[in-house]
Amino acid sequence: MSSFSVTEPSKRSKWFAGTLVIIYALVTMVPLAWIMLTGFKSPSDAISYPPKVVFEPTLEGYVNLFTTRTRQTPEFLEANPPQTWYEEIVREYDMVIAGPSKFGERFLNSVIIGFGSTFLSIFLGTLAAYAFSRFKIPLADDLLFFILSTRMMPPIAVAIPIFLMYRQLGLSDTHLGMILLYTGVNISLAVWLLKGFIDEIPLEYEEAALIDGYTRFQAFYKVVLPQAATGIASTAIFCLIFAWNEYAFAVLLTSGTAQTAPPFIPTIIGVGGLDWPAVAAGATIFLLPVMIFTILLRKHLLRGITFGAVRK
Amino acid sequence: MTDTPDTRAAKATPDRVARKIKGLSDRAIAWIFVGPTIFLLLAINIFPLIWTVNLSFTNFRANRPNRDVDYVGLRNYERILTDSDIWLNMQATAHFLFWTIFFQVLIGFTLAYLINKKFKGNDLWTTIIVLPMMLSPAVVGNFWKFLYQPQIGLFNYIVAFISGKDPSSFEMLGSVQLAPWSIVIVDTWMWTPFVMLICLAGLRSIPDYIYEAAEVDRASKLRQFFTITIPMVLPFLMLAVLFRGIENFKMFDLVVQLTGGGPGSTTELTSINLKREAFEKWRTGYASAYAIILFVTVFGLASIYVKALNKVKER
Repeated sequence: MSSFSVTEPSKRSKWFAGTLVIIYALVTMVPLAWIMLTGFKSPSDAISYPPKVVFEPTLEGYVNLFTTRTRQTPEFLEANPPQTWYEEIVREYDMVIAGPSKFGERFLNSVIIGFGSTFLSIFLGTLAAYAFSRFKIPLADDLLFFILSTRMMPPIAVAIPIFLMYRQLGLSDTHLGMILLYTGVNISLAVWLLKGFIDEIPLEYEEAALIDGYTRFQAFYKVVLPQAATGIASTAIFCLIFAWNEYAFAVLLTSGTAQTAPPFIPTIIGVGGLDWPAVAAGATIFLLPVMIFTILLRKHLLRGITFGAVRK
Repeated sequence: MTDTPDTRAAKATPDRVARKIKGLSDRAIAWIFVGPTIFLLLAINIFPLIWTVNLSFTNFRANRPNRDVDYVGLRNYERILTDSDIWLNMQATAHFLFWTIFFQVLIGFTLAYLINKKFKGNDLWTTIIVLPMMLSPAVVGNFWKFLYQPQIGLFNYIVAFISGKDPSSFEMLGSVQLAPWSIVIVDTWMWTPFVMLICLAGLRSIPDYIYEAAEVDRASKLRQFFTITIPMVLPFLMLAVLFRGIENFKMFDLVVQLTGGGPGSTTELTSINLKREAFEKWRTGYASAYAIILFVTVFGLASIYVKALNKVKER
């Protein structure tokens, strides 16, 4: 193949396309960058007009996010000098730290429920996808399509019977209940995606293993699984991101012990209205892992999005 | 192992191999592997659906579980379909659906077309553009609310700076005229990358030789665009529209955080309305009927659309 090709865009059109795309990318980043900046502002800087781009950074938002504070009398403040840097920040407002806020717990709930449901979806999903791919199962295609179509229901519609069911079973506001629910929602897509990946693995490998005396299960475990690893990983990322970001079920079915971060972050309230730097700090901590993840795993992730869509 | 064409073509394991397999039979393995998934799907997807259908014929209220439940026949359905307020919610949803899809297709396709020029560093910029769609819609809605604040919000400031208007002269979330557009803007910001990625997959699926042949035939670039690029990307684009359509019909988290359905009920999409009926007014039976109507609507529209899509693919 010669280096010249009629389909290769000219230098000028490349330069033009590149400039436009970069401008779009920069504009699209402004809201995200603004939120991250706001997390490091003092409350008065956060709501100043005109909006401040240059300001004195402070960790106040983060301190407020992780603590609860109470106002104290001047005598008390004088008698108890601040011990740590974060207490010093709070002292500027004549307050002392009363204890940790609920943000840490809520974040941990997001981690437990996110990883728990992802593990379960992938575990069950891989087994089912293997069976759908390799064995004749009556009505397999219709079944998969029907189950996938239940995802067309608004989450609120699904939440009504789940709410009643969980109340009966005592699963309301529990980690287990949320893990099972997210797994139930994720698994149809997981099976669908994984079946695609497993279909691509040639049958010959397994057959060779079976002839060598492996049992079916060993062949699955030792031959198919390692080959499907990439597909499993990218499916896992999708399940994790869904569970991590989910809001509608979380806000309706959890209120305390099992509440995840998305319904909690908007409720962070400071003294005298919304404490925007604390909200921004919470949003930053919550969104940053997903952003880093996306950048690190971009190859698999971007392929997975189009793969999942184009297959259907 | 010998590799004959028939073993390659066979879908299930051939008999002569199967005879040598030790351990459980294939049938048993199949059921062990599929069983738990089926059970979970029955419990979390199918059973609740059946229960919802059942509830939709009753006057059950979830906040009074001990009260007697009466079957009311189709009365819930009748009331919903003749309620003029619900048609307003449907209109709000239609406005949201139409404009988000319009802008996302327009911008998404343009971006994909530009990225497909394969300029240096295009995959890095693609990743950056994709970031918004990976984030939690509820948290995104919450922080856009901050950007939309009159006076202090960055969005108002930038718009005022460009247009020369006073930044406190308009309220994106507080005004009846602007609120429906404010949710369109955020959804477009968030989901344009999705349409872009699908279009990009479409553009990359077009083999070079088609353009080369067109070049030999001296077709102009513009003509190539309309006779090759557009028709070949169209099935992909239609697929992206289907997904965005279904997702935005269900839209809840982003908008509920952004506007809460307000001001009044100008941005009260059907999902938000459904939540009010089910979990604030606790009219469980009524809300169940509403849910079924929504499900049937999406399913019906999607089926018609898929038929059209298949026709386009066949061409």
